[in-house]
Amino acid sequence: MDRSRLAKSEAVPRRFLLALGFTAVLAPLLFDAAAMAAAGHKSEDPDRVDFNRDVRPVLAEHCFACHGPDAADRKADLRLDIATGDDGAYRERSGAAAIKPGSLEDSEVWYRVTTEFEEELMPPPGAHGEPLDAEELDVIRRWIVGGAAYQDHWAFVPPRDREVPHAADPTWGQGPIDSLVLAGLQAEGVAPAPRADRRTLIRRATLDITGLPPTRDEVRAFLADEGPGAYGRLVDRLLAKPQYGEHMARFWLDLVRFADTNGVHHDHFRDLSPYRDWVIRAFNDGLPYDRFATEQLAGDLLPDPTTDQLTASGFHRLHLIIDGGTMLPEESLSRNVIDRVSSFGTAFMGMTLQCAVCHDHKYDPIRQKDFFQLYAFFNNLDGAPETGRRSGADFVRGLQPPYVRFPTEEQSARLAELTKQIEQAKSKLAAFEKGHAEREPLDAEIKGLQRERNGVETGVHAVMVMKERAEPRPAFVFERGAYDQLGEPVERDTPAFLPPLVKDDEGAAPTRLDLARWVVAPENPLTARVAVNRFWQQFFGVGLVKTSEDFGTRGEWPRHLDLLDHLAVSFRESGWDVKALVRRIVTSETYQQSSVAPPEAFERDPENRRLARGARFRLDAEIIRDQVLATSGLLSQEMFGKSVKPPQPAGVWKAVTLPDSYPRIFAPDVGEDIRRRSVYTFWKRAMPPPQMTILNAPGRESCVARRERTNTPLQALLLMNEEEYLKAARHLAMEGLEHGPKEAGARVDWLYETITARLPGASVRESLLAAAGDLEAMYGKDPTLALELCAGLELGGAFEAPEVAAWTMVTSAIHNLDVTRTRD
Amino acid sequence: MMSDRTTQENTPYLSRRGFLRSTSMGLGATALGALLPRSVASAQEGEPAPRAKRVIFLFMAGAPSQLDLFDHKPGLQKLLGEPLPESISQGQRVTAMTRGREQRIVPSMFGFQPAGKSGVEWSELLPHLSRQADRICVVKSMRTNAINHDPGKTFMCTGSEINGRASMGSWLSYGLGTMNRDLPDFVVLNSAFWTGGKRNVQGLYSRLWGSGYLPSKHQGVAFQTAGDPVLFLSNPKGVDAAVRRRMLDAVGDVNRAHLEKAGDPEIGTTIAQQEMAFRMQSSVPELTDLSGEPKSVLDLYGPEVHKPGSFARNCLLARRMIERDVRFVQLFHRGWDHHSILPKQLPGQCYDVDQPSAALLTDLANRGLLDDTIVVFAGEFGRTVYGQGKLARDDYGRDHHPRCFSAWLAGGGIQGGITYGETDDFSYNVVRDPVEVRDLHATMLHLLGVDHERLTFPFQGLDQKLTGVEEARVVKGILA
Repeated sequence: MDRSRLAKSEAVPRRFLLALGFTAVLAPLLFDAAAMAAAGHKSEDPDRVDFNRDVRPVLAEHCFACHGPDAADRKADLRLDIATGDDGAYRERSGAAAIKPGSLEDSEVWYRVTTEFEEELMPPPGAHGEPLDAEELDVIRRWIVGGAAYQDHWAFVPPRDREVPHAADPTWGQGPIDSLVLAGLQAEGVAPAPRADRRTLIRRATLDITGLPPTRDEVRAFLADEGPGAYGRLVDRLLAKPQYGEHMARFWLDLVRFADTNGVHHDHFRDLSPYRDWVIRAFNDGLPYDRFATEQLAGDLLPDPTTDQLTASGFHRLHLIIDGGTMLPEESLSRNVIDRVSSFGTAFMGMTLQCAVCHDHKYDPIRQKDFFQLYAFFNNLDGAPETGRRSGADFVRGLQPPYVRFPTEEQSARLAELTKQIEQAKSKLAAFEKGHAEREPLDAEIKGLQRERNGVETGVHAVMVMKERAEPRPAFVFERGAYDQLGEPVERDTPAFLPPLVKDDEGAAPTRLDLARWVVAPENPLTARVAVNRFWQQFFGVGLVKTSEDFGTRGEWPRHLDLLDHLAVSFRESGWDVKALVRRIVTSETYQQSSVAPPEAFERDPENRRLARGARFRLDAEIIRDQVLATSGLLSQEMFGKSVKPPQPAGVWKAVTLPDSYPRIFAPDVGEDIRRRSVYTFWKRAMPPPQMTILNAPGRESCVARRERTNTPLQALLLMNEEEYLKAARHLAMEGLEHGPKEAGARVDWLYETITARLPGASVRESLLAAAGDLEAMYGKDPTLALELCAGLELGGAFEAPEVAAWTMVTSAIHNLDVTRTRD
Repeated sequence: MMSDRTTQENTPYLSRRGFLRSTSMGLGATALGALLPRSVASAQEGEPAPRAKRVIFLFMAGAPSQLDLFDHKPGLQKLLGEPLPESISQGQRVTAMTRGREQRIVPSMFGFQPAGKSGVEWSELLPHLSRQADRICVVKSMRTNAINHDPGKTFMCTGSEINGRASMGSWLSYGLGTMNRDLPDFVVLNSAFWTGGKRNVQGLYSRLWGSGYLPSKHQGVAFQTAGDPVLFLSNPKGVDAAVRRRMLDAVGDVNRAHLEKAGDPEIGTTIAQQEMAFRMQSSVPELTDLSGEPKSVLDLYGPEVHKPGSFARNCLLARRMIERDVRFVQLFHRGWDHHSILPKQLPGQCYDVDQPSAALLTDLANRGLLDDTIVVFAGEFGRTVYGQGKLARDDYGRDHHPRCFSAWLAGGGIQGGITYGETDDFSYNVVRDPVEVRDLHATMLHLLGVDHERLTFPFQGLDQKLTGVEEARVVKGILA
């Protein structure tokens, strides 16, 4: 569309009309126009303009920075994000309205975005962004002409489960997920992909539900079960495995930035592993999501809280925390609380609350005051805002008060005994004057007893928790976000654009428990949607709303709002049953589609947003490592406990640690601990394990609702050269030589099936077999090299080193295949 | 307002804008990323003409004292022990270390001399750099928001005190694309040791070179000082290049067959990245192998160049990377946080960096590389005119100071032999031409031909920029 033409033909007459004072005559038409617009929505007109879908993104991008929710930056007292009210777009000022429904001539906005006069053009040329392009102008034009109807942002309106039509295709799934997806595909004239083959299905479901690949026996058993409902039975078996909880927990731990160090300055050790274990158990035990949320937000405030509920409240202790004596404590306090509020927003609301620390939110109706009203719920920890002394039992075991101790009876008795002995020795000491000969042995005795008591105390199981101070801290708006510039005092409350907070005790100030109940109240439009979207994302690689961390107005418009809302409502109505939700997703035909498609299909819809095929994406770092260990038979089955340190290249920590960092030197664990699942790997925030971060694991310094997936040469180097991975390959190769088929081609099949759950086609078998032959010949000519690869192995005369070396490299090759590192 | 009914209606729809957003967000997540234009900004009209192609950023972690190195205040000599006038400090926010204590002035014990044709004053602690004076622009009016190291470093490196933003180098990698198919775009070199004291040292965090919300292929690759320079670069024991080649050939064969069948172009990307990994196995060792450097060049960098992990060695490596068209090389040198015994510790730190960074300028210039390479030398903030520790003329320390600090720049598009900006008589407040951290970033981008307002990435509902939300300006006064 030609901007200058528009400006001439339509905007200028408006000025003319204004000059003649005609606007007043046109004003009564406003309501009629709105009514007409509403009527127009009944038709399925392809030209229909939807405010939320089409118009809001344009206004948000070009206008809201100065004419949006942020009062401080608002120009001309004009908001374009709302229609009515004193600042609203419809209000007439000096005889003109910014938006006059139905009339381009009388809409100042239309003139301003199309005018040739640079000084009047919006957004102002220069620093304020780009002018609207032809397509955006067309959207605005059609919207105004069609009645300029506003809508509440979709995510702030409660989800409604509409009646779902049965799928038109009887061979396709009849449940709501499949019906809704199929209806969408049919509207586009696209057919769904056929169901994936059974080997693909068992691998896909096992990886997605447990984070581990199926064993060869499991594959065989599934193939042998030809009865109806075999797949459903498989899914039930997988959901019952304890590995399910470990896998589900991992996504949650990204979201809440779980780690094993403080994340600032010395980056000392901090132990919140009981919280991690609680998350795993919560998923395995089928803790309903509303309780899962409530116990994390306010487990400490529940009546007679259980150990688990107290442990869950450790959610509030996962923030970064600085060493004492570095910053000013009041600054540290404010940083911790802002961190807490931001994670609350990301994890439970899917909102970018942190954007409203310094000013009103630019795009969402979150005022700066709203942020600090939420802040008031979280600023009352009964504990120091910085870490304590760098000695003593607490420091060694990574605890910061408040925490709850769970000593065994034996430990309690021993501690009481030692305390008594220390007191006795101290009173004896007091009897002697300074310099008396008796003092020295007594001093030594006291020190020894204290050491012993510290030793016993260090072994006591303890959990960092949330605990309220008796007297709530007052809260204020921070002027421009500065902690030392206190503005207006605020009371605890929730943002006004969401349903009101209901208090347990009407007379008292609201509590965190009230806030938690508000989060999981059926009226809350966000909680269930945000949660189901993240679960969906786990199984399809991308959420129905891609911006799973942001459901605000700048988040993505959902690709399947009806499906999202159906899932949200049914999830809530199921009693927030996560396992049931997972089961519904993975047993849908939509999920079971084959991911094989022509290249054009990948180009047209690279992220499979239409769901016209099965999802296909690279496995996460943890799954890649766990898969290597599991398929080699090396994975430890042990669950829970303190985080462990599998080996990593020497010196990685050296670049970041300080002389007094605790721990300073990376000391790998030994034995079974280095073969634990990756969810138990020690996470140093300053330098997380490179095996994980190279494959896009986040640093766990801030909340991450979705990981990205890149494809880099560093990843290729990792998978080729990581020594533990190669050792695992060698272990499996030995297993294949000793217990697998004797014939080389069959051995290739055996290895390939063990790792990928598939059988290689003839050409793949041929390629790997040829490599095995060539490699054995190469190692045969260089036996020293072969012996280096076999170092530490007991070959026992049964196998020659070149053969073992060659098959190790073939196994490693299979580890490096795209089919292995991808879930398809 | 619309009825519920209409908000529920949703035909599958992909707006043009939504499409653009979805593809750019997915950059790297799919092979489609490879089809997008390499440079997001340079194709736009109205962009500044590029004056440089690469950057070396020498980051002095811990914050060197501008009063003892760059910002000569001879008037302070007679004020030892005098309280800092209230009119100067103006209720300035202080650290936990200074709060509640008296703020007493301590002058620098080090001499300053005019250097080069330009006559810019340089500290006696930086003799080699002072001989490069005519190549260097010293900015005396830097300002930052942060008063503590962690947020300060994060601010300088990512334009925000908040963790999780994209670092300078990752922005350049994202915005300008790669010039070298065998090496990363953004390399980080950390000094393994330093001379000036181990007492007050801060940790570094990989977020300082992280990619934040940008696709992680743009993150800095931190070279290791021991072992493999790039993690997992070397073949394990028992695997040589021939074995690796044969194994990768098999992997490639199978992957290609798989691509044929599965159709996903991402498999093609995997194949390409595995081949790049193989090439890096020779290009990186070639890069870090200094055996071909003549003695004259090694001598230029000084005796420390022979120690792996030294700042001097890293300067030489930086030059070798720039030669190979790595886009952004960032060196981190720690040990500058001199709260006490500064006169004892500062000379050691200067010994570490003076000769090597001067050598870097000479070496780059000799090869014609300084014309299109920007070299920046900066810490995270400055240090206070009031002392900490002992308050003697030859024994003192200085606290953190965000209101002014000094940095220097040289190379592509920078005017040498000048100073820019001015502080008051106490080197406490900027009195002329303040340069905010975002201004420094905007100027770097400008020299690289990028308008900082247009280098953006959508995240959390905002078009994120290196220079942040407040208005940044290109510092025209330092451009050649």
